[in-house]
Amino acid sequence: MNPAGNEKIDQRFNAIYKEAEKRRNEFRDAPVPKIHIGMATCGIASGALETKKAFEEALDEYNIEARIHTVGCLGHCYAEPVVVIDHPDSGFPPIFYHEVNAGKAKMLTKLFLKEGDPRFEHVYGAMEENDLIPWVMEFARFNREKRVVMEKCGYIDPEDIYDYIAAGGYSTLVKALKLSPDEIIKEVQNSGLRGRGGAGFPTGRKWELAKNTGEQEKIVICNADEGDPGAYMDRTILESNPHQVIEGMAICAYAVGAKKAIIYVRAEYPLAVTIVTKAIRQARELGLLGESVLGSSFDLEIDVFRGSGAFVCGEETALIRSIEGYRGMPRHRPPYPVQKGLWNKPTVINNVKTLASVPPILDHGADWYREIGTQNTPGTAIFSVVGNVVHAGLVEIPMGVSLRTLIFDICGGIPNNKKFKAVQIGGPSGGCLNEDFLDTPIDFDSLTEAGAMMGSGGMVVMDEDTCMVEVSRYFLDFTQNESCGKCTFCRIGTYHLLKILERLTRGEGEDGDIELLETLSKDIKAGSLCGLGKTAPNPVLTSIKYFREEYEAHIYEKRCPALMCRPMIAFYFDLDLCARGCDACATACPVEAVFTTSNRKKGVDQELCVKCGECMVVCPPEYDAVRKVSPPHLVPHIEKPPEKKKED
Amino acid sequence: MNDELTPEEKEALKDVASKLGSFEKQRGNLIPILQMVQEKLSYLPTQAIKVVSEHLEIFESEVYGVATFYNQFRFHPPGKHPIKVCLGTACHVRGGGIILENFERKLGIHYGQTTPDREFSIEKVACVGCCALAPVAIIDETVHGHMAPSKVEGLLMRIEIEKEMEERARIKDESCG
Ligand SMILES: Cc1cc2nc3c(=O)[nH]c(=O)nc-3n(C[C@H](O)[C@H](O)[C@H](O)COP(=O)(O)O)c2cc1C
Ligand code: SF4
Ligand code: SF4
Ligand code: FES
Ligand code: FES
Repeated sequence: MNPAGNEKIDQRFNAIYKEAEKRRNEFRDAPVPKIHIGMATCGIASGALETKKAFEEALDEYNIEARIHTVGCLGHCYAEPVVVIDHPDSGFPPIFYHEVNAGKAKMLTKLFLKEGDPRFEHVYGAMEENDLIPWVMEFARFNREKRVVMEKCGYIDPEDIYDYIAAGGYSTLVKALKLSPDEIIKEVQNSGLRGRGGAGFPTGRKWELAKNTGEQEKIVICNADEGDPGAYMDRTILESNPHQVIEGMAICAYAVGAKKAIIYVRAEYPLAVTIVTKAIRQARELGLLGESVLGSSFDLEIDVFRGSGAFVCGEETALIRSIEGYRGMPRHRPPYPVQKGLWNKPTVINNVKTLASVPPILDHGADWYREIGTQNTPGTAIFSVVGNVVHAGLVEIPMGVSLRTLIFDICGGIPNNKKFKAVQIGGPSGGCLNEDFLDTPIDFDSLTEAGAMMGSGGMVVMDEDTCMVEVSRYFLDFTQNESCGKCTFCRIGTYHLLKILERLTRGEGEDGDIELLETLSKDIKAGSLCGLGKTAPNPVLTSIKYFREEYEAHIYEKRCPALMCRPMIAFYFDLDLCARGCDACATACPVEAVFTTSNRKKGVDQELCVKCGECMVVCPPEYDAVRKVSPPHLVPHIEKPPEKKKED
Repeated sequence: MNDELTPEEKEALKDVASKLGSFEKQRGNLIPILQMVQEKLSYLPTQAIKVVSEHLEIFESEVYGVATFYNQFRFHPPGKHPIKVCLGTACHVRGGGIILENFERKLGIHYGQTTPDREFSIEKVACVGCCALAPVAIIDETVHGHMAPSKVEGLLMRIEIEKEMEERARIKDESCG
């Protein structure tokens, strides 16, 4: 771009930035308290809407002037609804409160906003360093993270483009427009950025291939299909900071020479669709998208395409097929999408996190990015750490951190004094790793070596009560359902894997089943076209490798060591512990399987019991009298049910 | 199955037909059109498939072929209060299956079915993106986290009570007006 053009771009953007700055200062300097409420899907599911309403009503009631600022998500899911209250007149720094329900909101409005008492017992931490309240950065959950992609998530209002711009947003696009496409691609290549969609393909190389196709029309697609059933980082990013993704897409489009881009969002994410659509409109209104972006010669239109709920459509060629209006079935590659993609045009497909990494990289430079993470995989990884873990949520850490640090130091370990058993990484394509892997540094290569996969970054932590055979059955049930049906091995092979695993979890396993699972798995891997089939057996293979004794117990002893497979367990009451008077179990049982006989002894009618475990949950901890055993015939003494009384 | 459309559905179908004009006759519009139809009618009745097939000039069987490929599309009317129980990985390991069973037992239907009075239907979904709150269920549009079997009853009861209150208000209105 010529210098005259550059000047024009700067002028246009400066005017926008000035406006953003003005709005931000006006908000910041307003002499009233500010209440920041996290309002992504997760916050809303925890009650953030009620919290917001309670604040509004309480402010009204106590006649207090304050500003409510709705922000995205910080990723601290265990603490939702999260509220940060900035009340400078009180002399306290901005304070992070967790689990703020409507009642707490009202109480804080009265006691903190009106009377200046921050209610220390409800304070989680301070957002700034100070002498009064511990700074959140002193906690591992905060200070071990390295936020690159999610830096602004939870601090800005995703529905207000000016919030993003005032925080430095879109300035990298301005910078990029003044560089040549080759310079940008070079920088991305130098940064070593690898695709975060699962396979880890070098992003700069992908862009270069697309740029050099020589075709006129090209397309950029942002893959936000996020089909792994246990991962939600892409949703959170789109809901918390959509503009960083849009900015990354714009830079990508400029670099490869595309005028059209599409965000492919999963159907189950209605809020993400709404927020992204709004963000695109706002960017367009300010001239950051559309014809001649910021007065330059670069045009870009971005559309949103809603996926319709098919896991396989996360695979790039299937995704393309589905946008074209067909069944989303993968096809053979090559040709790769960068050669022949959507409507046969060269198409760059990148994951949400990949694209959102681009603005920070161009902003701070490739060297800065390379300093983060490992030699082979620079940068950060975002994991959704869920399951049996104390501080569940999204964690962005440099590549190369160990699983132990992530699960125990950052996420607080396993709740209820249970033992760590396994961590499932990468969803249906990934695998279950046992504690031997806790000290392995995590990156694409180390996980693949262990038989798992980085995949989406979904991480489900499992404690001793989780049965690995049952988890394998779960994943096969999923992949079997989601197989597109094109390849025989994937379609029928996964079905048979599932049938075998179902037998095992019912206690009908036979000698030779483990070997059968292994051979069949290998055949499926070899005989499948796309990543779905190639990786579907991973959960089975890794769990056999690392938890073989558990399979053996199911087959040879008809026993589920984790006491999870319901056909293989039974419940009973330890009558020495039972208080015999509280009846909590009997009331809770959904099928009236709990009965009382002589001496108020409690028994379980095994015929009726559906093994839901409710009785165990409600039995008061001071008695803790409900027991689970496997195999079921170990139930000590089955009480005779009382005589059925005639009802009249 | 009863293939007759209700009067409201017939109205909605007319609305669909008029909205089709804003979609160009391109194959790429098939899925967005089906999504629009489902938003209006909450499922894809045969009559709607026909209208779509005529508009895009592709066979009805093609339209079905595409629609049945994707989990999002329904071919039976859902209940007035659709219940979606998450059985994604995180919800599964935290007992999502038991939550599903509780809904099934309480309502006397299986997932994929609608109660005879068309009030409730149950579906299972794979992850709604709130895994940290597992197990999760969605009733109407509201996401409920940390579900427990005891909560199932409470939630259903709340809907019943609301319905009763509406009913009473309606009767009162009618008797007043
Ligand atoms: C079965 C299957 C599902 C996939 N799902 C996703 C997904 O949900 N999101 C995603 O970004 N990539 C997914 N991928 C990977 C994509 O095919 C593609 O490699 C990726 O979007 C490229 O982006 P990246 O280079 O930024 O990683 C999936 C692949 C397979 C085989
Ligand atoms: S491996 Fe499975 S999902 Fe992939 S193309 Fe073949 S049948 Fe379809
Ligand atoms: S496990 Fe469930 S069904 Fe069985 S006795 Fe306990 S509460 Fe009743
Ligand atoms: S609280 Fe928002 S991602 Fe979990
Ligand atoms: S697994 Fe249920 S919300 Fe993700």
